[in-house]
Amino acid sequence: MPIQVRIPAPLRKLTNEQEIVTTEGASIADVLANLNAAHPGLFERICDENGNVRRFVNIFVNDEDIRFQQEKATPVKEGDEISIVPAIAGG
Amino acid sequence: MRGTFCFQQSVPSLATLAEITINMSDNQTYFSNLKCRECGRLYAKEAIHICEFDFGPLEADYDYARIAGCLNREVIASRPQSMWRYRELLPIDGEPTVGAQVGFTPLVRADRLARHLGVDELYIKNDTVNYPTLSFKDRVVSVALSRARELGFQVVACASTGNLANSVAANAAAAGLTSYVLIPANLEKSKIVASLVYGTQVIGIQGAYDQVNRLCSEIAGKYGWGFVNVNLRPYYAEGSKSMGFEIAEQLGWKIPRHTVVPMASGSLLTKIHKAYKEFIKVGVLEEAPFSVHGAQASGCSPISEAKKKNTDIVKPVSNPQTIVKSLAIGTPADGYYALRSMAQTGGSAEDCTDEEVLRGIRDLAEYAGIFAETAGGVTVACARKLIDSGKIPRHESIVLCITGHGLKTQEAIADHCGEPRVINPSLREFEALVANDSAVQTTA
Repeated sequence: MPIQVRIPAPLRKLTNEQEIVTTEGASIADVLANLNAAHPGLFERICDENGNVRRFVNIFVNDEDIRFQQEKATPVKEGDEISIVPAIAGG
Repeated sequence: MRGTFCFQQSVPSLATLAEITINMSDNQTYFSNLKCRECGRLYAKEAIHICEFDFGPLEADYDYARIAGCLNREVIASRPQSMWRYRELLPIDGEPTVGAQVGFTPLVRADRLARHLGVDELYIKNDTVNYPTLSFKDRVVSVALSRARELGFQVVACASTGNLANSVAANAAAAGLTSYVLIPANLEKSKIVASLVYGTQVIGIQGAYDQVNRLCSEIAGKYGWGFVNVNLRPYYAEGSKSMGFEIAEQLGWKIPRHTVVPMASGSLLTKIHKAYKEFIKVGVLEEAPFSVHGAQASGCSPISEAKKKNTDIVKPVSNPQTIVKSLAIGTPADGYYALRSMAQTGGSAEDCTDEEVLRGIRDLAEYAGIFAETAGGVTVACARKLIDSGKIPRHESIVLCITGHGLKTQEAIADHCGEPRVINPSLREFEALVANDSAVQTTA
């Protein structure tokens, strides 16, 4: 079973409007690289010029924020669900 | 790219120069476009909230030169007493259609509380009496729903820690809009009832606010709804500026030397800072030094922690633990900008324990006659710490932003106010009861 990645609306132009794309990899870094190979331009939207996940982007692996794990080194496996979510305001 | 237009054909929501020119020449509005706070790219005034290139938040931008030509103290003072007296600096195209009576809450000089805290000049910006739902959120919702109508939305929604849900529910009901409010299921009962009563769809989520927020972010574009703090966020957030405009006007057209603001996402603090700057920019106020300070509860204080460590990296809190649920946002979207506002103005941040929050609520009630929700207790408690540590000098003017009414969070304080003394309707019992009271001894 591949890894599913949920794409936020502002990035769907790069995925032919697909809300969910499938990919593979052993870590978030792998997943981002593979996503970029399939959908060029995605990486630079999600990561800054130093390759770090941008300040206003949240990435979750099965509902867990990667900032509470190992950031881009967070391991992933087949069947995992990854969400890329923009930061939003309070309430 | 900062400050430049972007013309990528593949991104239809980006504004063309022609569109922007039309908007800027429209006499109805001085609100020109949306602009990425990170890279400065310009976008059309649609229901979008982040930059497609770097995920930076979009913010309303204005034609300040035109505003400076028509807005002054006399014009403002001649208008009805609501937040809409600053209409030129709020991001809608026409007249407000939702919440036209919101705002212009009292700025109260609190001399007894000032003496208690050991300072000379202290004011309370009292949004506990904001109309119609007794919190500052009516300001942001008034703008968001007025803009939602302009953009053609029939259904509005929000992620909320309570106050925003109350305000969306009430204002949507008055405007005839359908509303959905998504909240953590364990919110204070009074905040849940104060949403349900308006006939809104209340969805309780088994999780913390940050999880509610994430869910809303994922569903915002799915149903064609206007989510006030997601796809309408650039409009919504600007409503908070009215609190800053009012403070300056009510203080006699001057900025207080110190403003203490509670922080959840950090947005309110940044918008009060922006309000002061905008009034200076358009010539309503003269340049003067001022500091904005941030207040959080220790059980969820990611912004305060970053400030104390002198870093701009806001480390999220995975499991907020505090009675101050309205400020319990572990991943504050505007934390970075709140830190920047504090740094630019020489402000500081503090945080306080739940016990200190309760003392803050009681101090405000007993010395200023204002019953605030838990966030108000945070503001008072943190102000005390900033004063005692010398970060706020005792002889300089201070405004405390009190953002919500205490009736909304009675559970937090109920066991800490004592109990009524109950007797039979008997003069003898009454006299016996008060015999040792100081008030009786004084007047006997």
